[in-house]
Amino acid sequence: MSEERVLLAHGDGGELMAELIERVFVARLGTGDPPGDDSARIEGDGRLVFTTDGFVVEPIFFPGGDIGKLAVCGTVNDLAAAGARPVALSASFILEEGLVISELERVVDSMARTAAEAGVRVVCGDTKVVPRGTADGMYVTTSGVGKVPVGVAVSGAGARPGDVVLVSGTVGDHGLAVLSVREGLEFESPIVSDCAPLAGMVGALLEAAPGVHVLRDPTRGGLATALNEIARQSGVGMEVVESAVPVREAVGTACELLGLDPLYVANEGKMIVIAPEGEAEAALSALKAHPLGEEAAVIGRVEESARPRVTLRTALGTHRILDRQVGEQLPRIC
Amino acid sequence: MSEFRDTELVRGLAEQLKRMAAPPATLMEVCGTHTVAIARYGLREALPEGVRLISGPGCPVCVTPQDQIDLFIALGGVEGVMLATFGDMVRVPGTTQSLEQARAEGADVLMVYSPMDAVEAAAKNPEKQVVFFGIGFETTAPAVALAILEAQRRGLANFSVLCAHKLIPPAMMALLESEVGVDGFICPGHVSVIIGSKAYEPVAARGKPCVVTGFEPADVLGAVRMLLRQLAEGRSEVEVEYSRAVRTEGNPKAQEVLGRVFRVADARWRGLGTLPGSGYELAEEFAEFDAARRFEVEPPKSVEPAGCRCGEVLTGLIDPPECPLFGEGCTPRKPVGSCMVSSEGACQAWYRYRRSE
Repeated sequence: MSEERVLLAHGDGGELMAELIERVFVARLGTGDPPGDDSARIEGDGRLVFTTDGFVVEPIFFPGGDIGKLAVCGTVNDLAAAGARPVALSASFILEEGLVISELERVVDSMARTAAEAGVRVVCGDTKVVPRGTADGMYVTTSGVGKVPVGVAVSGAGARPGDVVLVSGTVGDHGLAVLSVREGLEFESPIVSDCAPLAGMVGALLEAAPGVHVLRDPTRGGLATALNEIARQSGVGMEVVESAVPVREAVGTACELLGLDPLYVANEGKMIVIAPEGEAEAALSALKAHPLGEEAAVIGRVEESARPRVTLRTALGTHRILDRQVGEQLPRIC
Repeated sequence: MSEFRDTELVRGLAEQLKRMAAPPATLMEVCGTHTVAIARYGLREALPEGVRLISGPGCPVCVTPQDQIDLFIALGGVEGVMLATFGDMVRVPGTTQSLEQARAEGADVLMVYSPMDAVEAAAKNPEKQVVFFGIGFETTAPAVALAILEAQRRGLANFSVLCAHKLIPPAMMALLESEVGVDGFICPGHVSVIIGSKAYEPVAARGKPCVVTGFEPADVLGAVRMLLRQLAEGRSEVEVEYSRAVRTEGNPKAQEVLGRVFRVADARWRGLGTLPGSGYELAEEFAEFDAARRFEVEPPKSVEPAGCRCGEVLTGLIDPPECPLFGEGCTPRKPVGSCMVSSEGACQAWYRYRRSE
């Protein structure tokens, strides 16, 4: 029997990856805190949070963004998903010998612009260069510290039966944008990544609806996988109404052509918001009032359930399981 | 397309279906895309009492026999070979390993959306031998035939195809002999665009109504209604619900290309065994593009996974949950059989969309 090896599917954000993290990382490095959220609380009062994220997207420039913008957004959004405002970021670069310096400059300019938009600065960093062929262009890792406002307590484990599930806009844009350049696909209207820092939008949301229970940015594995993670962490069921989930027409059409389901395609500028019924309306209005949340919508409800699961009510009124991602093969989307 | 997904239209159809005085019937969909559409839109909920839908041998990855999968994986071990395949094949367990595992151990595996991408890869990598895995039915075979013609035109001596193509109508005829007890067939839309609806006439002549249909909810429900009507009226004909795309004669151009590049041959199917005249091999004129002839490899002795009942699932003898491995030893994450790996497989569709029923 040959030795067990890392497969590309271990990086797809789905079940295999969850199992690898549990078995290899949590088993050896776990702190005893329940894992599952993207940011860790690191201070006694739980106000300070810390997160990190690596970026290997290919190609490094894509419609609507680039690896630099993505690296800032990814970490800022993980902090935002903890309800935190970003305080400081770090950035590490692994560069391949031969990378064109002006491309690197474009990437870092883009990082600076995005950080400014998010109201945060990159305060430290590191650079390594590896021989040609041992990396592909450049890889970026960012880490970030954030602070949670008093009165806010969001967690993936916080969803309660009766809560309302919202999403801050259309799903599937980022994954399709990267895929369409990579595969040289052209559509009538170009598909642009939704890559954006959500700190401002989340700040406004939490001011209007401080009782929000869960925030989660549905990146790899898409909306469906993120909802399943929340259901599992919170020990609840969810019903999502298929026709209520906003999907851009071009994205829907392209997904159909490629045999993909937009509910499983990555986003980089969207937030899932789960709010108690009493605050749902305030949350929706606050999202819609922000330029990054104009297309926000209520998409479902949290339910009591003997075991965690997400069901989808189809346009026909029939029901089916909305499972998390299994083995879709879209490597290097972020 | 959206009109065929129109909620009102589909609900209306479902209402009509429910009111139909239909006899109990077992209908088989012979196409993986239908299997997925039925599960994804929850169409079983919309059927009249006593009407049952079962899946047939219509998933390209699923019907490919174990030894052909093992042979393809073994070709990846040949120095300088780059394997090109549709993505669904990557995770199918071979006897000793899957392509995914072979890739992690160093095999060169390229996932493509079209066989023409494999031809391009051969042109771009003259130092490599690119081998494409030709699986699937009359739908994918024309694209593979065109890819071979293109490789010939460009004189690409480093492109070849492992040909495992299958034909749908012979498989349907074989199912008539089995104990499955199918009362009527929902026939594949895409395949029929190529071969034409006339291809099912021998099946209808044996007393089993056939309706060719598309992949939207309204298409599938419309086909069910047409089949139930035929059964109620004691008719057995080939009808076309999918008339916006399918003609009686099919697509003569595609048929001409198929006839040029391939020759009809006996083929082995997972679950059905060897069926006469049910597949394609490369015509003698194109033998040089046959990977099975170009390379000499010794694949491991193929063994079907223990306990796996994909064969019975593929022929409609059992529903996926009746397999003792379903959802326990066999999940999309850790698949044992091909029907759980492929996105068009009956087991994966059942697992993803219906498993807690």
